Amino acid sequence: MSDPMAEIRASFFIECEELLEALQDGLQALSDGATDSETVNIVFRAVHSIKGGAGAFGLDDLVAFAHRFETALDEVRSGNLQTDASVLKLFFQCADMLTDLVHSSRDGSEHDKTREAPILADLEKLVGAEDEQEDVADFQPMALSLDLPPDQNTFSIVFEPDAELFASGNEPLFIFRALQDIGTLEVTCTHPDLPDLDALIADQCKLIWHLTLTTTEPESTVREAFDFVEDLCKLTISQDAVSDTGALPDLPAAPPAPVASIPSPAPSSEPEPCPEPAPAPGPVAAEAAKPENAPTAKPATTATTPVGARATVRVDLERVDRLINLVGEIVINQAMLTQSVEEAGLPPNSSVRTGLEEFLQLTRDIQESVMMIRAQPVKSLFQRMARIVREASADIGKEVHLQTDGENTEVDKTVIERLADPLTHMIRNAVDHGLENTDERVAAGKPAEGVVSLTAMHRSGRVVIEVADDGGGIDRKKVHQIAVEKGLVPADLPLSDGEIDNLLFLPGFSTAREISNLSGRGVGMDVVRSAILALGGRISITSERAKGTTFSISLPLTLAVLDGMVVSVANETLVVPLNSILETLALTEEDIRGFGPSSHVVNIRDTFVPLLDLGAELGYRRPLETYVGSVVLLVSQEDGSRAAVVVDAIEDQRQVVIKGLQDSYGRVPGIAAATILGDGQIALILDPVDLITQSNGHTRAAPSPAFQTG
Amino acid sequence: MTEMPKQFDKQQDGAEIELLSFLVGEQDYSVDIMSVREIRGGATATSLPHSPQYICGVINLRGTVLPIMDLAKRLGMAADTEEDRNVIIVVAVGDRTVGLLVDAVSDILAIPEEDIQPPPEIRADGEQSFISSLTIVDGRMIRILDLKAVLPPPGEESS
Repeated sequence: MSDPMAEIRASFFIECEELLEALQDGLQALSDGATDSETVNIVFRAVHSIKGGAGAFGLDDLVAFAHRFETALDEVRSGNLQTDASVLKLFFQCADMLTDLVHSSRDGSEHDKTREAPILADLEKLVGAEDEQEDVADFQPMALSLDLPPDQNTFSIVFEPDAELFASGNEPLFIFRALQDIGTLEVTCTHPDLPDLDALIADQCKLIWHLTLTTTEPESTVREAFDFVEDLCKLTISQDAVSDTGALPDLPAAPPAPVASIPSPAPSSEPEPCPEPAPAPGPVAAEAAKPENAPTAKPATTATTPVGARATVRVDLERVDRLINLVGEIVINQAMLTQSVEEAGLPPNSSVRTGLEEFLQLTRDIQESVMMIRAQPVKSLFQRMARIVREASADIGKEVHLQTDGENTEVDKTVIERLADPLTHMIRNAVDHGLENTDERVAAGKPAEGVVSLTAMHRSGRVVIEVADDGGGIDRKKVHQIAVEKGLVPADLPLSDGEIDNLLFLPGFSTAREISNLSGRGVGMDVVRSAILALGGRISITSERAKGTTFSISLPLTLAVLDGMVVSVANETLVVPLNSILETLALTEEDIRGFGPSSHVVNIRDTFVPLLDLGAELGYRRPLETYVGSVVLLVSQEDGSRAAVVVDAIEDQRQVVIKGLQDSYGRVPGIAAATILGDGQIALILDPVDLITQSNGHTRAAPSPAFQTG
Repeated sequence: MTEMPKQFDKQQDGAEIELLSFLVGEQDYSVDIMSVREIRGGATATSLPHSPQYICGVINLRGTVLPIMDLAKRLGMAADTEEDRNVIIVVAVGDRTVGLLVDAVSDILAIPEEDIQPPPEIRADGEQSFISSLTIVDGRMIRILDLKAVLPPPGEESS
């Protein structure tokens, strides 16, 4: 495929993602009780647009399925089908299916046809019967009509579709309906060139439609309706001077009776390109019938056409990243400048200094705004979770409702991407383990339908995402028992509730008695936790017996900057992530106790914490003679294990721009990344968790293997 | 360079290759100039813990983290004149960029392909494997470095 085509294709799939999101949104709104026709329209339009685009790229599977889905949705739109719970459930399935189809079309992977069949069968059941009748009342009159119709325009449209229009899966009926949504439409059909039946070429459309549309919308909106077919037909749109619905100035020569005569030639003259012809005759016949009724039956005025969503620009992520990098440079440069101005010893009120101050403010603002570009609402993530809940609950036969809140909370794109897997796991856990069986729920006096809620919010410069269920809560006795059985904790160790809850995060812990399809394969919360940790986040549990369990994830807003404490050790400057530091203290003789022959522990409020000498651990120097008076950072791992890390001095606390080391050099044990300080020097960012696990704990001047390098 | 050289299946047009030559511990080395990104003065490197001896550390090259390799140490020579050597040749190999710390940059040489000879096989020297070919300019032997061999695969430097 040539390059420009591939590009268009790529942008089609990007568009698809947005449309699928809109589709999910709309369905969700419907299931939340929205009944307005606009919501139905949004859903319909999303599917329709996907179908239209897919047709252009010859994605037949996608077109076929989208078409069936669209047909069903059209029934809803026309009021023939009530969106009750079972219908919505099917629609959600269809949406999931459509998503899969889009993805498999995009990746060129094989699509699992077997899953499609039952859904299609259900769809058929739903709309098959109604398909044929398509009666006059197929358009729901809008309850909402404007009292003051603004300037009405009348457009005369001559629409002569080419054969390709049908070949690409487009359907004039839907275009006409779209037009009808924005105004009063009168349709007449002529067929001046239509040959006799024996000379008829089946896939040539010889019909010409003359449409008169009275609407408040501008011409561009009218043209939008023909967006997908513009190149596939002869189209003229002209605007009549003043609206006068009574006259039909454009149709003098047109035979007035074509409508009645059409039904017979129509089916043969209109090739049905869609692979599945079953529902086709319905719409086609309807289309012939409809124009006749449309203008007389209901002069519907739809005023609530979507006023284009917020204007957006699609930008290559690489460009954004480059911009972010450059802004990072500015911040660093600016810090360097500040430092040299300091060193020059200019008076505090000099213009250079005040100018610099403003510059500082501006760069901060720029940095924040640029970071915002990468930020995305968590909505798409939540929608994926909604699907997980639907599938998971169907698998194990629990009734589960997912309640989402704060979907517009914005988080860095990378964070969102990397959050998907852990969150999926947590959601499944909540459905599988968190919620009780329906019987147990009823017995406990709870509604049969369990609720899993997914909440996102900003809290003090971080994003907090909570996964909560209203299930039975953590059975701490059982958890403790299992942990003891598996040898994860000693049996006689008394544990607080919080500590027991945290046992869930231990590797190899799984409470599911039997391995279910969803969870319980032993890769459990420990994987979730390490994924969250890798994002610089924290995870915690709160659980109340019989009330439910809440997992709370706290994440940095962006992965590009980090709050760190700048420390120095052995003349090297290092940055320690602030979120890992519990407290800092200076050691007194009282605090330090010898432990092994080459190690120390620190007594912190009567708990003993291993002492690590950062300089020795990183091989910068030998362990010190004495640590009395040393500054230590008390760092913690998420499992609660702690270590006291000796540094020479704490220099500063600041936000640093993270620069990866992996690409240019490779992994360095105990080091997470690098950053550039104000003086232009590179400082390494410590990975406390890695440091603690890799540590050897040498804090006495014994022969130190840590000092050897290479 | 007036004569038309025979067609070689080797580099570029088969005519000649350009080399950047430099001094490492009194010896002449060179790299293909196409792999050189820039030459810059020395900067204080931030040392990396647990790194091999020949890695001096990383420096800030206009916002990117650039690892610096002490070429003398890498080639197994005694590093004695540490403070004199303050020229960094930034080279790109594949998608990696590394700074090579050398004593001094000497010249840019255009060498006809036919003047380039393969190195003799000498098993005694470990460094020999870093040299892809040799050439002679003004009576001096110029060693052409095999940059791929000089750069250890990423991730394996850390012991």
